[in-house]
Amino acid sequence: MSSIVYVPSDSAALSVGADDVAAAIARHAAAQELDVRIVRNGSRGMLWLEPLVEVATPAGRIAYGPVAAADVPGLFAAGFLQGGAHALRHGVTGAIPFLQRQTRLVFARVGVTDPLSLEDYKANGGLVALQKALATAPAAIVEEVVTSGLRGRGGAGFPAGIKWRTVLGATADQKYIACNADEGDSGTFSDRMVMEGDPFVLLEGMAIAGLAVGATEGYVYLRSEYPDAKRTLLAAIERACAAGWLGQNVLGSGKRFFVHVRLGAGAYICGEETAMLESLEGKRGIVRAKPPLPALQGLWGKPTVVNNVMTLASVPWIVAHGGAAYAAHGVGRSKGTLPFQLAGNVKHGGLVEVPFGITLRELLYDYGGGTASGRPIKAVQVGGPLGAYLPASKFDLVLDYEAFAQGGGMIGHGGLVVFDDTVDMRAMARYAMEFCVVESCGKCTPCRIGSTRGVEVIDRMAGPQRPVQEKLLRELCDTMANASLCAMGGLTPMPVLSALDHFPEDFRRS
Amino acid sequence: MAVVEAVVQRLRAVPGACLPILHAIQDELGFVPHDAVERIADGLNLSRAEVHGVLTFYHDFRTAPPGRTIVKLCRAEACQARGCTALERRLHDHHGIAMGATSADAAITLEPVYCLGNCALGPSALVDGKLVGRLDAARVDALVQAARGKRGKA
Repeated sequence: MSSIVYVPSDSAALSVGADDVAAAIARHAAAQELDVRIVRNGSRGMLWLEPLVEVATPAGRIAYGPVAAADVPGLFAAGFLQGGAHALRHGVTGAIPFLQRQTRLVFARVGVTDPLSLEDYKANGGLVALQKALATAPAAIVEEVVTSGLRGRGGAGFPAGIKWRTVLGATADQKYIACNADEGDSGTFSDRMVMEGDPFVLLEGMAIAGLAVGATEGYVYLRSEYPDAKRTLLAAIERACAAGWLGQNVLGSGKRFFVHVRLGAGAYICGEETAMLESLEGKRGIVRAKPPLPALQGLWGKPTVVNNVMTLASVPWIVAHGGAAYAAHGVGRSKGTLPFQLAGNVKHGGLVEVPFGITLRELLYDYGGGTASGRPIKAVQVGGPLGAYLPASKFDLVLDYEAFAQGGGMIGHGGLVVFDDTVDMRAMARYAMEFCVVESCGKCTPCRIGSTRGVEVIDRMAGPQRPVQEKLLRELCDTMANASLCAMGGLTPMPVLSALDHFPEDFRRS
Repeated sequence: MAVVEAVVQRLRAVPGACLPILHAIQDELGFVPHDAVERIADGLNLSRAEVHGVLTFYHDFRTAPPGRTIVKLCRAEACQARGCTALERRLHDHHGIAMGATSADAAITLEPVYCLGNCALGPSALVDGKLVGRLDAARVDALVQAARGKRGKA
């Protein structure tokens, strides 16, 4: 009987040698004439254990990690194909507390299945929602998404169902689904993990969105920094078309839905929805003024649903299980689950999909285990480069869009970047302004000029003029926050002022 | 220029073709030559200013040939929390490779990148399109050495 060994092909795992490990396992198995089948799955999201190798046994899948190619002979000697004892063994994968305590709805298949196997996908609940959607009236699909309370996972948190309703109600000869896969926030990788680990769920979500609003064309705007995701996504589209569930005749229904992948070119601003539409049209990624809303005049002036990867990937679960079942998770107006991402200087970095309502402390310590360096956590930046830096006194904040905003933070795309006590918060504030200099599209003055002035003012705060410069910085931030065209200039003050307010001592050093 | 012409002919009918064309040219040549701008503008019925605007707006596109190995080192917050700034300094001080420049021996082009989505395993870099994580001084040194060793074969 052949043994099944899982070695992830997720790019995080590849970045620390998963291909070498897979090759070493294949080589040893061949040398010992053992019948081993290696499945390249996605990542389970326990990234500190990558490369995480799993072996299928009668007791379930047994995890070993982090495995280096050099560990492979020892693993074979320890009988890992039968789940044998070894220093790197962590027992049954699903029973590892980091994973066991999660509520994986969107990530149910990620790391479990072969990302490009349609058989795996169907055997694990895939396509149920698309079949259901084909038998449902468009307006009823939209209402199901409204009922779920699903809000845009890209950062802005706008109710997805309301957006869909607007597009459904618009009259046009052509409508589009534009998937925002320009996951530019530092500390975030959930979109990438889904595209690499379960690409069909995104395609299914897009197809359902198309049926719901009457769009026949879908575009994935994928950042160029994700070459592995691009390969997986293109292969998945090819297979989905060949199997007849995308294309001219979706699952034999007579309805059309096509998906195209377009690459970004290294511009953070193209994660802003209107800049992304400009970029999809082949232009510079310059932010558009709103209105008109993209839902009415979006891609090439046509009604367009612009949703983040995570939003669209949540749709199949919602349609399959019902909006009410999704809304049963979460708190307040933050329904369902969010895949949080633990990043930076954290001991147990990775992906944690849990219902809204968890506290920062639980994520940082119960899941993250504190810092990787073993030093105290000084600050955590939540929500990407435009999110606030929060000190330990804020760690009991509940992660719920409204409550978190009231506490001075922003959940954004759910990334948490952890810093230990060696971080210089003035340097981080300066970097926030510098990042805005590099990435501003240049359309509005507060963002384009303000960011450069911001860097200069923060530099001068190291000198004797600190009180005057601090006043200037606060005024500048006020202008940027209130007079910028989009969130780039509008939210850059958030990391800057939170650093200044919570860590003033770092600004007092010369 | 034959490459540029072929790419323009192949992709000009694609909606919003300018970006896909620039990507395709850079994939083949490693950069986008200045005189490609006019060809692209002609092919897409755009002004040269429009094509130039797109070419220079996006960080990905180069207008000069890169070194033999392209290293995109992440400078974003999560990698900073894991020490990427020290690695950038090491590349500069020990190896004479400045951020945003090509080394004098044309072995390496070092470019900044803002997040590679490997934020739990940083510091990270993309080396000729391949993601590498858990970088430290020793691994950076080895990477530079390997890149400089490619000189004979190139």
